[in-house]
Amino acid sequence: MSEYLLEANNLTTSFKIDGEYYPAVDDVSIRIRENEVLALVGESGSGKSATAFSLMGLHRHARVSGEVLFQGKDILKNNERQMNRIRGGDIAMIFQDPMTALNPLMKIKHQIQETLKIHGTVRKSGRELYTIELLEKVGIPRPERVAENYPHELSGGMRQRVVIAIAIANRPKLLIADEPTTALDVTIQAQILDLIRELQDDLGSGVLLITHDLGVVAEMADRVAVMYAGQIVEVAPVRELFKNPKHPYTRSLLNSLPSEEQLGSKLHVIQGVVPALNKMDREGCRFAPRIPWIPEEAHEHQPKLREVEPGHLVRCTCYQDFYLDTSMGHGEMEKRVEALQMEEGGVGR
Amino acid sequence: MSANLLEINDLKVHFPIKGGFFNTVKDHVRAVDGVSIAIPRGTTYGLVGESGSGKTTTGKAVMGLNEITEGDIYFQGEKLSGKGKKIGVHRDIQMIFQDPYSSLNVRKRVFDIVAEPLKNYEKLSKSDLIEEVLKLLDRVGLPPGSLYKFPHEFSGGQRQRIGVARAIALNPKLIIADEPVSALDVSVQAQVLNFMQEIQQDMDLTMLFIAHDLGVVRHMCQHIGIMYQGRLVEEGTAEEIFNNPQHIYTKRLIAAIPDTNVDKVERNMQLRRQIKEEYDQHFAEYLDEDGRVFPLRAISETHKAALPVKG
Repeated sequence: MSEYLLEANNLTTSFKIDGEYYPAVDDVSIRIRENEVLALVGESGSGKSATAFSLMGLHRHARVSGEVLFQGKDILKNNERQMNRIRGGDIAMIFQDPMTALNPLMKIKHQIQETLKIHGTVRKSGRELYTIELLEKVGIPRPERVAENYPHELSGGMRQRVVIAIAIANRPKLLIADEPTTALDVTIQAQILDLIRELQDDLGSGVLLITHDLGVVAEMADRVAVMYAGQIVEVAPVRELFKNPKHPYTRSLLNSLPSEEQLGSKLHVIQGVVPALNKMDREGCRFAPRIPWIPEEAHEHQPKLREVEPGHLVRCTCYQDFYLDTSMGHGEMEKRVEALQMEEGGVGR
Repeated sequence: MSANLLEINDLKVHFPIKGGFFNTVKDHVRAVDGVSIAIPRGTTYGLVGESGSGKTTTGKAVMGLNEITEGDIYFQGEKLSGKGKKIGVHRDIQMIFQDPYSSLNVRKRVFDIVAEPLKNYEKLSKSDLIEEVLKLLDRVGLPPGSLYKFPHEFSGGQRQRIGVARAIALNPKLIIADEPVSALDVSVQAQVLNFMQEIQQDMDLTMLFIAHDLGVVRHMCQHIGIMYQGRLVEEGTAEEIFNNPQHIYTKRLIAAIPDTNVDKVERNMQLRRQIKEEYDQHFAEYLDEDGRVFPLRAISETHKAALPVKG
């Protein structure tokens, strides 16, 4: 068996727009070990969630290629029935929005017992008790009562806990968490992250954590993969990424956060927008249009991920010549870039 | 005239809970329960709290979108909270909404969206109107070509700027920004924040900035008020709130922010756990017998906290 729990190689997921397929996930390779948290970071539209959904085989109308080895077996080749056995079993997912992830017409206990029943983890007689235990484990007070509630009777934080309880019900080996705390307040976020960390320690599972919050990444991840326009542009251990970010996109992102050091000054702005799927230039460095002050020669024609330090991979050579242009925070240049993009009619969302 | 553009005195907004056979009023939800805020001219006041703490309700009450149960709101020394329409005042107070995807009418063009307040308050000829809207679009950094486009043709950041253009169309004095960046990506968020600061300086705007993201609030605001269940638990300058928080709730809120500094992660988590423990043990002491937060008491000239009376 391979040393990795999950190994996705050259995963490409294309969506059909106006009769043609465009890759939203473009040749993505990721690896997750047991007991490791890999964070996948990027703006909306960068393909993070599409990657997660592809791993789970949840895309219905997309064309998916490449291979996804889970414990050495290619699960992309699985049929729907085999996939159903894995989903919610060995690989579980925590969805972003706890308001829509739960069935509004089912009691909490039935939603949890459903997954137990399907995967046959616990016998019927033991399910009721196990459900309560699960709810207790995710930190729900008075679990006996909450089990009898419907989702609308619970707060956002409680609902997300229920979603997590369902995800861990069958002791998954891999947990995919798609923006698990985005909809929540900071104090509840802290609790939920604690909880995921605890469970991961407990079960020794691998975690794929998808988020756009770099603070959450710094706290949770062992390794980080940064995605832009469907590609992974940088992979590094968490300390390395924050201490020594290389790719222009990573550096721009880190600089656009309000921080203590930057109080009172202008925030860095990444010019332009994430290109739309069907309007994207797939030749050369995809981030190039958003850093127009970097000369064209600095970019590669076919940017590849290259190892620059052990375990630290960067796409395209442009990082060597990159500097943050602070002179053009919000000015003529930005307007020009945007005007140009508008004329082309390409807008992200 | 006082130095404060906006003064809120002991504002209460209670919503009735109806029920029973005759649908009578059974009880009240005390969404805002005795909040006093003063915002000096030209500054930004950050109102922070978790969802359900009443920060949006406070903002809406100032806008006149909620009925006020008790208390007064003074704008430029003029009382807002009384009966009767105050058209003149309401053109001076404008709002920027949270979600740029739902706060713009999808069936209207940018021109109509931005021109609407102008049409309401000023009699301009069509050509003047277009000119005015173009000026506003330029002001928020949108190209003239966007005039006849629909909201769906824009990205989130651009939409939020359309919202800002609409808000500043009438040269308001006070802007109430209700979570203006929480629906945006960090990169776009930076864009909108920079640009709001710019506009504020240029137009000498006063802002009530409602948010739950403390990092953003710290970046934008001179004064910060922390709300919990309809009441302020602490108020002070950004400096005081972040470097010298007094109330346990404020401490907990600040400790819960994930930091991108990887060196501090361990320490932060320890601190967070410690404060959480303290919070769980002692939070009850910070509430009076009705489970309400104590009234604010002054700690320094600008710093107030709702600490229990010792002794």
